Amino acid sequence: MKNIIRLFIILFAASSLTSCGYNTMVEKREAVNGAWGNVESAYQRRADLIPNLVNTVKGAANFEQSTLTAVVEARAKATSIQLKAEDLTEENLQKYQEAQDGLKGALKSLLMVTENYPELKATAAFQELQAQLEGTENRINTERNRFNDAVKDYNATIASFPQLLMAKMFGFTPKAYFKAAAGADAAPEVKF
Amino acid sequence: MTSAKAIFKRLTTPLAWLLFLMSLVGSASAQYPAKPSPPRLVNDFTNTLSGGELNALEQKLMAYNDSTSTQIAIVIISTTDGADIGQYTIELFNKWEIGDKQKDNGVLINVAKNDRKVFIVTGRGVEEYLPDAICKRIVTNKIVPNFKQDNYYGGLNDAVDEVISRLSGNFINDKEEEDNGIPLWVVILIIVIILFVLPNIFGGGGGTTYSRRGYNSWGSGPLLGGGGWSSGGGGWSSGSSGGFGGFGGGSSGGGGAGGSW
Repeated sequence: MKNIIRLFIILFAASSLTSCGYNTMVEKREAVNGAWGNVESAYQRRADLIPNLVNTVKGAANFEQSTLTAVVEARAKATSIQLKAEDLTEENLQKYQEAQDGLKGALKSLLMVTENYPELKATAAFQELQAQLEGTENRINTERNRFNDAVKDYNATIASFPQLLMAKMFGFTPKAYFKAAAGADAAPEVKF
Repeated sequence: MTSAKAIFKRLTTPLAWLLFLMSLVGSASAQYPAKPSPPRLVNDFTNTLSGGELNALEQKLMAYNDSTSTQIAIVIISTTDGADIGQYTIELFNKWEIGDKQKDNGVLINVAKNDRKVFIVTGRGVEEYLPDAICKRIVTNKIVPNFKQDNYYGGLNDAVDEVISRLSGNFINDKEEEDNGIPLWVVILIIVIILFVLPNIFGGGGGTTYSRRGYNSWGSGPLLGGGGWSSGGGGWSSGSSGGFGGFGGGSSGGGGAGGSW
């Protein structure tokens, strides 16, 4: 009995392998990988801006050193964690996100401290740098949303019948989502 | 058999729930104006701009789109309902799909009038020429000073000019279909004229009807012919410049900058 079922499954898998099933899964996995690449480069873009920011802020008369070092340290920590698209498990992604959120927090407090330096804030260089920082945050947000959409699509595909059978056989595992950080943006309400 | 069934169920049920929850989350987000129909590049939902100003901007942006395929769109809304202006504008850009699909050369200038906020979003293809710092500069130097004096048209017009000058020479309209379409149209028109209009003018022109009354010099061929030609010309010109053809499927990665006044 068991053998017959196994044979049936293999036959079925083989037949749908030639149709759309397997190829679709590969395509969607590639879409997730591509979206992950964009997420990483958006984060990288932010990290690349920081030396510039630090130099600009340093120029201001007796700027608080502690906030600056906090940003530099958070940047080092965030860039030390690299995550390959193949390793997108929930645990790994959470670690990655924590490191990046740490940098985001450090940057936020740095920008808050700059409120005390009106002459720094008034310079065009600082204002443009701030616009660039905001731009990278927007890019990160956009790419994260796209990544989540791609993962949603991929996970749904590998969990639906008949791809489900092949997904197990060929090692297509579900990938993790980004979770919105608490209070990061206006949290949408879920109503039933 | 039952164990396979159980595995299947165990795998799909949580996922189905997750997807269901996510669809709810998605539907609870901010409200965005629907894509304009017929398509327009300048969309003022607050009646801030006068009809003439609206047309002047629309004509300028349409001509620029025709020659370069670059789509610069302007939206004026009253408020984003508490949503961040940057996120809102990026989302609107991607919903309307401004710019060419391959080149991603769209730009969206969004004004939330009652929030007193403005944001410029760039498509991926124009980020290179309009980096965030430049968008910020355009907002600070061109838009904000004008908006502070309630000169909305002036601010938008100056911003558009600056965007156009920064992008100039980087994109061309290489759509083939329009180059082939119009000549075919003209060829058919000419054939129709030769076959039907010309024989009427030169063959029948006033010969029997007017000459009997002696109105030859007024009503005969040439004058009638002139009327026929000019109406033909009018039809042709309205056919070729019929209006903005619609947004082209472009997307933005979240570039751009904004400010408030």
